[in-house]
Amino acid sequence: MTKYIIKRFLMMIATIFIIATLTFVLMHSIPGSPFDDERTSNPTIQANLEKFYKLDEPMHIQYLYYLKSIVTFDFGPSIKKPNESVNELLARGFPISFELGMVTILVALLSGIILGTLAALRHNGIIDYLAMTFAVVGISVPNFVLATLLIQQVAVNLEWLPAATWSSPLHMILPTLALATGPTAIIARLTRSSMLEVLTQDYIKMARAKGLSPIRIVIRHALRNALMPVVTIMGTMLAGILTGTFVIEKIFAIPGMGKYFVESINNRDYPVIMGSTVFYSAFLVFMLFLVDIIYGLLDPRIKLHRKEGDA
Amino acid sequence: MTNSQNVVSPQNVQDEWFRPKQKEEGKAEAVVRPSLSYWKDAWRRLRKNKLAMAGLVFLIILAFLAICGPIFSPYSVDGTDLPNQNKAPSATHWFGTDELGRDVFTRTWYGARISLFVGVMAALIDFFIGIIYGGVSGYKGGRTDAVMMRIIEVLYGLPHLLVVILLMVVMGPSLTTIIVALTVTGWVGMARIVRGQVLQIKNYEFVTASKSFGAKTSRIIRKNLLPNTMGPIIVQMTLTVPSAIFAEAFLSFLGLGIQAPFASWGVMANDALPVILSGHWWRLFFPAFFISLTMFAFNVLGDGLQDALDPKLRR
Repeated sequence: MTKYIIKRFLMMIATIFIIATLTFVLMHSIPGSPFDDERTSNPTIQANLEKFYKLDEPMHIQYLYYLKSIVTFDFGPSIKKPNESVNELLARGFPISFELGMVTILVALLSGIILGTLAALRHNGIIDYLAMTFAVVGISVPNFVLATLLIQQVAVNLEWLPAATWSSPLHMILPTLALATGPTAIIARLTRSSMLEVLTQDYIKMARAKGLSPIRIVIRHALRNALMPVVTIMGTMLAGILTGTFVIEKIFAIPGMGKYFVESINNRDYPVIMGSTVFYSAFLVFMLFLVDIIYGLLDPRIKLHRKEGDA
Repeated sequence: MTNSQNVVSPQNVQDEWFRPKQKEEGKAEAVVRPSLSYWKDAWRRLRKNKLAMAGLVFLIILAFLAICGPIFSPYSVDGTDLPNQNKAPSATHWFGTDELGRDVFTRTWYGARISLFVGVMAALIDFFIGIIYGGVSGYKGGRTDAVMMRIIEVLYGLPHLLVVILLMVVMGPSLTTIIVALTVTGWVGMARIVRGQVLQIKNYEFVTASKSFGAKTSRIIRKNLLPNTMGPIIVQMTLTVPSAIFAEAFLSFLGLGIQAPFASWGVMANDALPVILSGHWWRLFFPAFFISLTMFAFNVLGDGLQDALDPKLRR
């Protein structure tokens, strides 16, 4: 297990390094300097600006500075908002995005697992069909479409809930709903199919034969094993949810990371783009790492699988 | 009444029942039923899946409309008509008009072209890169495989949409860049599937037999391995298409998509966002409806194919 964790850790570092390098190369392959469009025709000002952002150094020195900034976690000042550093933007935006992401994943996990389990227990029954219809529809409707529909119907026409911002729990309902529907659908489908498989296993029959109550069988015996596939996709799902926050934050005017990221894309604020990309990627890769470790801890069979060449 | 004729009774026993049947030389060995190939069998099972077939029929109609739809319409994709801004759907404009008086019906089918093109191209390019990379990795095995798989594992950890956004920022928004950006990250999944399949199949007897007849590596890959890995690959392709369509819409929605005068569903939905509160529901409804329905169709078709192409489910 320790060996596996070390191996996964090294791979995580490699992935982050590749993302960082890729970001650097991509950002520096854009022709022109970020100050071209500004009225800094004065060459002295231009030179000073370039010196401030270390753009006058040769490329490999810039790259070293850049790697240092990542290791020390200091992404420097923003170009378009010179009195703010990328760190400050991250510190302001990320907690909100994180909150939205976490609430979403909790809602998706809870409702997805409950829905999937109910569907499996009532296989080919009414609940099953309803749940699976919801699942396919939920996967097919893009979150930004759902978000606009929710704003139009629930917030504007019915005036039940506030349409924008992130100021109270009441404000959180619509964005969470828009973002959580897709993941809920995926989790429900996965839970259902693996639950159906688990329920035919011998040890479930054994538990029934022992006379355990159905609820106890489902929760203690079946769910534990049926949830393994859900754990497997948690990492990629988290990545999807966190990038999904970009559009959701744009639509609901939530001042999270996504807002700054989209803004920085639109006005080509390279330090912010680079900083937030690296930060987000590192966060996601770390989450994937955690999910893999948890999976390894939960499933004792995983070591065997790895040896069979299923790496 | 009719039953009584079929009942064997002493009265209706006929002599010819007891004559030996003529043996026809050569025909005795003939296979009576036409042999059911893997693909015919899969098709037979897919046809029974009503939802998947509905998806397939919808996609065929959509492809037809994407190609021919604009022909039926007297309006062009970027023909502005300022007096007729934001008109609700009517007999002249079936899906209404947008804020420049452009016909939403026409634009919807142009959007279908772009969405389908992006989806299908992304799936095809993933397919080719994935087959080559996964095929080599799985077939060579050993050290080559180990190195190639490490590379894949590292790439698999990349947050795809972030990389795609980054690439779009650098390369500038256009149809080509969207497809390039989507495939740069997208082929990894396909390569993993191909490799897994090849790894499994290359040890089967028919491959050994082929080798012992002196078949070259390229022939074994083309004739023995690829045809037998097609099932999961096709399923993966069908599921790549909706995710590519979603990614294109997502990027367009962030303002990184196709630029005017072209329209994609994502662009149309994005343009409709500011006016959704003024009651111009058709501006959002039609692109959103068709994005959702197309993704739905591909998803159910993919699910159906998965069931139909899985030999384990054969009954």
